[in-house]
Amino acid sequence: MSEIPAKAPQGHIEVRSFSLSYDSIEGPVQAVTDTQIHVKPGEFVSIVGPSGCGKSTLLNAVAGFLKPTTGIVTVDGERVGGPSAERGMVFQQYSLFPWKTVRENVEFGLKMRGMPRSQRERAARTLLGLAGLEAFEKHYPEKLSGGMKQRVGIVRALATGPKVLLLDEPFGALDAQTRVIMQQILTNMWQRLKISVLFVTHDIDEAIFLSDRVYCMTARPGSIKAEIPIPLERPRQQSMMMSSEFLALRRGLMSLIREESLKAMGGEINDLGMRGLNIELHGQSLAEVL
Amino acid sequence: MSSPAILRHPEDSMPATAIAETGPGPVATPPSFGTLALRWYRLNRSGLRAIAIGITSLLAFLLVWHLLTTYRVVFFVRFTNVPSPLAVYASFTKAIHDPKFLMHILLSCRRILVGFSLAAIVGVPLGLVMGRFKLVHEIIFPVAEVLRPIPAIAWVPMAIMLWPTNEQSIVYITFLGSFFPILVNTLHGMTLVDPVLVRAAQCLGARERSIFREVYYPASLPHIFTGLTVGMGVAWVSLIAAEMISGQYGIGYFTWEAYSLVQYADIALGMIAIGVLGLGSSLLIRGAGQLVMPWRAK
Ligand SMILES: Nc1ncnc2c1ncn2[C@@H]1O[C@H](COP(=O)(O)OP(=O)(O)O)[C@@H](O)[C@H]1O
Ligand SMILES: [Mg+2]
Repeated sequence: MSEIPAKAPQGHIEVRSFSLSYDSIEGPVQAVTDTQIHVKPGEFVSIVGPSGCGKSTLLNAVAGFLKPTTGIVTVDGERVGGPSAERGMVFQQYSLFPWKTVRENVEFGLKMRGMPRSQRERAARTLLGLAGLEAFEKHYPEKLSGGMKQRVGIVRALATGPKVLLLDEPFGALDAQTRVIMQQILTNMWQRLKISVLFVTHDIDEAIFLSDRVYCMTARPGSIKAEIPIPLERPRQQSMMMSSEFLALRRGLMSLIREESLKAMGGEINDLGMRGLNIELHGQSLAEVL
Repeated sequence: MSSPAILRHPEDSMPATAIAETGPGPVATPPSFGTLALRWYRLNRSGLRAIAIGITSLLAFLLVWHLLTTYRVVFFVRFTNVPSPLAVYASFTKAIHDPKFLMHILLSCRRILVGFSLAAIVGVPLGLVMGRFKLVHEIIFPVAEVLRPIPAIAWVPMAIMLWPTNEQSIVYITFLGSFFPILVNTLHGMTLVDPVLVRAAQCLGARERSIFREVYYPASLPHIFTGLTVGMGVAWVSLIAAEMISGQYGIGYFTWEAYSLVQYADIALGMIAIGVLGLGSSLLIRGAGQLVMPWRAK
């Protein structure tokens, strides 16, 4: 762990008066509008919302891949002007370099920083050990399971010691059991590193289980519909998901999202001539998860 | 303790019947040679089958060729003057001791080596740069698109005018033949690079040059090698045609000369040599590809 300097909690994310619209043939598409969010140093914050509401857009703007149309994104008071190693990112599609071994993937950020080979090899081994991946350091990503790939993705993003970690539905493609393990691993790493996390998901249970605070977004154009503090104590156990406190939070968030999902689907339902049907898709699939 | 026991290796002491009795139990007993051979056979059965059928089919081809030429069959196609496999074999045994034949082959190989290498050295970097920088693409692409459909062989008269020596014009034709497949495939590979990987590299601190070297280049390698394989094939096509038209020396010239000199067996020998050389060079490229892209090894 010595490779990651133990610094005072840093990584204060602030997004103010933020809006972003994409250009398209039919004119500008307003993806996110009038949004304020913040993440305090060392805080774990999730963003939930119906699909297409602009969660990825917001996260990509914090990462520096997109420029806000209006408003400003800052980290520790500095305006975000482009991607940087200060803000680590984990993608749903894993996005490991297929031509690099697991260890070379983890070393990548350190290599970019100019760290000598032997030093970064040692650092990568230590980190892979923490994630239980030391046995796979020489494997190419193609040979790994989804859960392992995403562990490598997280370790790779953390290797350079970023101030904040941004995750865009990182566990969306994993099966339920693997997802639970990954949540535990992520929580452990976050607590060790005291890093700020901004986590995008459409899984309400995941958001509540992991976060200190959850932002719920409206349907497109996305903005913040509600901000819900999660007062559950830490360390969190799987069993807490049955507690009345958890279930109450869940019910509250679920009804918020359901409202927005129905709004988002309204247009499509109309188009398909399915208006008469009682659409419970979102509620049902989530109920099955529990 | 009886003395023979000392001589026995502990593993030998277990009688063969014991292995059969324990069967597939949890205790791992070293499998006998027979079991191993049987297992190997089972695992490789389909490969062995393909090899067996392949050999049979080649033998059948030789037999048909032999019959057609021995009986000088004329049925639309005339086999009257076509050399028999045995005649070709005889001229092969003669040719491998003939320094002139070897010189023809070496010259052709040298032309391929120079022309193809130049095409790769120019085509790959140009494709990479065109894929990354829009302006370069916009400038070069129209010219490339106009020149690309012209078969290298159509360049022969022009090449003879352009280059002072015959040798240079043949190499130039070989270069042209392989250049466009290499360029186009490299460019295609660049357009298919996953933008998420570029983003991943960016938020790990990679700058333009590193992204080019660490993401765009390795991501395009499979397509670059497709281009090299296709380019090598077209290089041989162009070379042989150029040698037949304007050459002195070279295996293409040898084949054409054999016709003029009424040495029919040498025609087939030349053709077979060209086939073997083409096959060999594409195997070389495949081998190089496996060396350069270990992550794609199966
Ligand atoms: N490049 C783009 N051009 C035009 N519209 C886009 C583009 N990217 C996303 N959008 C639109 O912006 C909205 C928000 O997208 P996104 O941020 O990906 O949503 P989410 O991640 O919440 O599912 C969507 O309705 C999507 O159709
Ligand atoms: Mg998204």
